Amino acid sequence: MDTVTLTMKMQPELYMEAETISPDQFAAKSSEEIGALPVYMGNEHHTLSDFFDISGNPGKTAADTKIVVSGDLTKVKYIGMKMTGGEVEVLGSPDMYVGAWMAGGTIRVKGNVDSFCGMGMTGGELLIDGNAKNYLGAAYRGDWRGMQGGRIVVGGNAGSDLALFMRGGEIIVNGNVDVHVATHAEGGTVVIKGNAKSRVGGQMVKGDIYVLGEIERMMPSYKYIGDEEIQADGISGTYQVWIGDLGERHGKRKGETIYGKIYLKVKDTGKAAESVRAARKIRLSDDQKKQIKDAFAGKEPGVQEVRAFISDTFGIDIKPMQVSRFIDEMRRKE
Amino acid sequence: MTKTISDVICPFCGTLCDDLVVTVSDDGTKLLDVENACAIGAEKFLHSQASDRVTRPRMLQEDGSAVEVSYDEAIEYTAQLLAKAKKPLMYGWSSTSCEAQSVGSEIAEQVGAIIDNTAAVCHGTTLVAVQNVGIPSCTLGEVKNRADRIIFWGCNPAHAHPRHMSRYSIFPRGYFTGKGHKNRKLIVVDPRTTDTSSLADIHLQVEQGADYELLQALRAAVRGQELTGDIIAGVPKAKVYESAELLKSGRFGVIFFGMGVTQSLGKDHNIDAAIMLTKDLNEYTKFSIIAMRGHYNVTGSGQVLGWQFGFPYSVDLSRGFARYNPGETGSIELLKRKEADAIMVLGSDPGAHFPIRCVREIANLPSVCIDPHITPTSEICKLHVPVAFVGVEVGGNCYRMDNVPIDSRKVVEPPEGMMTDEEFLRAVNTRITEIKAA
Repeated sequence: MDTVTLTMKMQPELYMEAETISPDQFAAKSSEEIGALPVYMGNEHHTLSDFFDISGNPGKTAADTKIVVSGDLTKVKYIGMKMTGGEVEVLGSPDMYVGAWMAGGTIRVKGNVDSFCGMGMTGGELLIDGNAKNYLGAAYRGDWRGMQGGRIVVGGNAGSDLALFMRGGEIIVNGNVDVHVATHAEGGTVVIKGNAKSRVGGQMVKGDIYVLGEIERMMPSYKYIGDEEIQADGISGTYQVWIGDLGERHGKRKGETIYGKIYLKVKDTGKAAESVRAARKIRLSDDQKKQIKDAFAGKEPGVQEVRAFISDTFGIDIKPMQVSRFIDEMRRKE
Repeated sequence: MTKTISDVICPFCGTLCDDLVVTVSDDGTKLLDVENACAIGAEKFLHSQASDRVTRPRMLQEDGSAVEVSYDEAIEYTAQLLAKAKKPLMYGWSSTSCEAQSVGSEIAEQVGAIIDNTAAVCHGTTLVAVQNVGIPSCTLGEVKNRADRIIFWGCNPAHAHPRHMSRYSIFPRGYFTGKGHKNRKLIVVDPRTTDTSSLADIHLQVEQGADYELLQALRAAVRGQELTGDIIAGVPKAKVYESAELLKSGRFGVIFFGMGVTQSLGKDHNIDAAIMLTKDLNEYTKFSIIAMRGHYNVTGSGQVLGWQFGFPYSVDLSRGFARYNPGETGSIELLKRKEADAIMVLGSDPGAHFPIRCVREIANLPSVCIDPHITPTSEICKLHVPVAFVGVEVGGNCYRMDNVPIDSRKVVEPPEGMMTDEEFLRAVNTRITEIKAA
């Protein structure tokens, strides 16, 4: 495999769109021709050589071309977009759309990536050593086909809207994820080795989500159907199986309804760590409620006033939102 | 003597009331009284008569003071700013007519700008959801004449759209709704008690930021599925089932939703689920869903951009063809990430509504604000161009929240020598063509 090395020599003033950094574009070109490839900054057209030092030669086809990009890439978008083969190594943290709509080959990013990476990808491998932001492996706006094939591995955390409209392929996140995992999914596998927040598998029709850590809040429209032992590379163990999303339409195969599935790892304590939030929520006893009511009888207390009172008298700290509801409740009863 | 003009369109909120009665002086220069309008709408008309109104463009100086300049100088400054910028942002468009918006689109295409409207911080997420799953909708007339199940989800029309409930949704007696509010059932979903929720038959006090869970639970309940947990998103399970049954039992239902769901956690996913709930309910009865749009012509801006470029907001024309991806091409993201290098604001007030770091960025950039009022935006922009009030001093086409186009009317003369925003934009467009040709 022949290698072309791009080193950033000048940081663009605004964000740069460089979908030409792809083995498919570089293959069988001389380094002058590569340097003349267009990149875009706002409404201006520039060439790759304006911003990058280019060395080495590409292979005859995309499959035998490797590109190494280095420098401060935080203002470069669309690296490896729509590539079908070969390899791209990014020694830095590029901006949005890395490996968007890619169909083959490998992209390895040593740093972090921004949002919309691996969007609508159909094949190949996208390996991110750092963190990824939102919409990883998602669908483009209005498209019902998100990630359809290939593999994405994130070393760190991923943001929200992971695997939106996923239809195939595999995403592995080694860290935690934000809200909305595999929303509207109709296939594919998502593995989260850390914790998930909420809305995991919302509106999911089909597909599998494995969560090895905790889910802060399970969707109310999922149903627990039992435990299952799973033997697979890196994720072996006992899992609680939840089916859903029960609010969504579901197809049938051989007379059996096919649901999306969430596999939630059972901890050594024998219990899956479900709904941490519910456990954390502090509730006031009727007696305590009466005490507060008496203390503020005939007054119009502020939220912080009541909160301070609760903290002083009972030694518990309650969220302002809960206090505000409680005040509303008191008023209604009066 | 005075003249009375009836059936005037109110250019304030998306309800676009069309029954105002305005009294003007005989020579048509003074607006004296407004009837039938809500307090906000009346104020909008009367504000055009303010004695301290700015009538000429003002250029912000180094020391923070403003110096009056002529319209010609303002046109030259705006044209140069837009023609020279690499990635200008043209934001606003919600408080102006469709005619002005279409000239704005022409300018954007000519200079390769990003053109965005206030949906970016408002109902943009609705438009994203509509693209994903479609929308079963209807007009407000149908609501008035047929609806007997109303949901207000995350909105408070009693304060934000004051005449909405009396004209369309709760109180009016329509063709098939002769008993008015007596045979309408109202569900309000709001974490707080509001003046709207005080009218509700069922008030679902959803936990803040858990609308999506409640919507999906309702969908499952409508399908007769068993729900997990006794309290769902802050609402007792029995109440969720009760609401589902109430919705299914109606003849015609409508979901109205506002900023409480479009801009809380989940954004477009909340609307996505709400639209799917509407779709599900159509298996049992007739159901529709309507967005409670804020500005009187934000819907029109979406329409104009839609027919020009195919996308309703956040349209990026910098590469000569239209692209769209809120999250990248939205105004907030552009300003936050410092992607734009110039900004023009028309008919909106980002200075009062954007996050502070975006407002700081507006203050740092070369900027023009075209607005009849003095606003926080006009005070930080390099140039403030006052224009005539659309719907008061100049007519123009507007779209109501249910996508019905209504022509607004001129009722009073603007102060002498003042330009309308359409005239100003046309002059800027002509000047940009000259600059580009040179």
